[in-house]
Amino acid sequence: MRYLAPASVGEAVSALAAEPGLSRILAGGTDLLVQMKTGLAEPDLIVDIKKISDLTEIRCDGSGFRIGAAVCGAQLAEHGELASAWPGVVESVNLIGSTQIQGRATPAGNLCNASPAADSVPALIAAAAVATVAGTGGTREVAVEDFVTSPGRSVLENGEIVVSLNLPARPENASDAYERFIPRTEMDIAVVGVGVSVETDSDGRITAARVGLGAVAPTPLLVEDAGRALVGTKLDDEALEKCAAAAMEACSPINDKRGTIDFRIKVAGALAKRVAARAYRRARGEQ
Amino acid sequence: MSKIHVNATVNGDAVEYLCEPDESLLDSLRDRLGLTGSKEGCGTGDCGACSVVLDGRLVCSCLVLGAEADGRAIETIEGLADGDELHPLQQKFLEHAALQCGICTPGFLVAAKALLDKNPDPDETEIRYWLAGNLCRCTGYDKIVRAVMDTAEEMRR
Repeated sequence: MRYLAPASVGEAVSALAAEPGLSRILAGGTDLLVQMKTGLAEPDLIVDIKKISDLTEIRCDGSGFRIGAAVCGAQLAEHGELASAWPGVVESVNLIGSTQIQGRATPAGNLCNASPAADSVPALIAAAAVATVAGTGGTREVAVEDFVTSPGRSVLENGEIVVSLNLPARPENASDAYERFIPRTEMDIAVVGVGVSVETDSDGRITAARVGLGAVAPTPLLVEDAGRALVGTKLDDEALEKCAAAAMEACSPINDKRGTIDFRIKVAGALAKRVAARAYRRARGEQ
Repeated sequence: MSKIHVNATVNGDAVEYLCEPDESLLDSLRDRLGLTGSKEGCGTGDCGACSVVLDGRLVCSCLVLGAEADGRAIETIEGLADGDELHPLQQKFLEHAALQCGICTPGFLVAAKALLDKNPDPDETEIRYWLAGNLCRCTGYDKIVRAVMDTAEEMRR
């Protein structure tokens, strides 16, 4: 195995494209090094992207936030503007693992690991986040809801890397939230995860809403009908019930040790209501 | 496999070592530098016994490659005491009997110091969440939490 730590995206992409064997990208390493340790991954080449200074920063301008692919979870919580504009995205990332894991694991890596149960992905979907992907032919943009194609697989082609996750700027009266169900309070894998983002007018009427679901299908989902159920309302009970029904309708979960199919579907509905209400309260400045 | 030449700073001292490309920082610290205070419990980032501070961030050294440490600063349990004088956390762990077998202890101490460096006045909930990545099978955690709270109080005086 070879280890490279290039200083630019161009070098990283060229090294990946030139590698005839199996190559893996190292950001936080909290998935990759465990896979190597347990024999699930035996790469011939590791490309460490943390020496690419452009990828280690969170940038903020009028168009929104650009989170470099090598930015760790702890950096998100420390970024005041990001935490205040996108509290749901930040809480979803900070739910992952321990303090030690937060010092390494990256949201971009959480997306690229392509787990159906990744905590940050439903929140990123709700936030309409877009991944910037670099390859030898240049860069392309991929909406986060289109990124994961099946458990463990993504749209990334050989030689491509995610360089950043991009979140739009926030208008007034907008916020988001993420919650998951796990059987304990810390450090577990989501049985169901729900992210909701809402925008309202000054009167509290919802003008836009997106709902992301995790751990209830082979990939994290954008549930357009669940978001649509909220638009035009002030989040009355009827809107919440419609949102929950749409979320439950979108589920196609598996039975496993973490939860049965019926349980996951029921929890998806309950969480959709709870998280929508939380995002709405935040958008109204009530929390 | 050709070895990788690494220059790093460990507990304030410049060090250099040769490591395999797939070797963990934990193995480099223990086997190349003889710093055996950091322990391997799980090797997969679950137990925290190998906790070190890398460029100011608490991490599991089993989830870092030795090669990644090039040009970076690492603090390990060996840097905690000042010569023969124990760090206040070490002293309080003794006084509160916050250890039994001791395998988890270096990780707890490094993690607790990282917390107190960041927040000199944590409440019990903050301490319990911060230390949730460190597993102890002997003490039941309560004595560890009391020791950290007591240390914080003493260090604030």
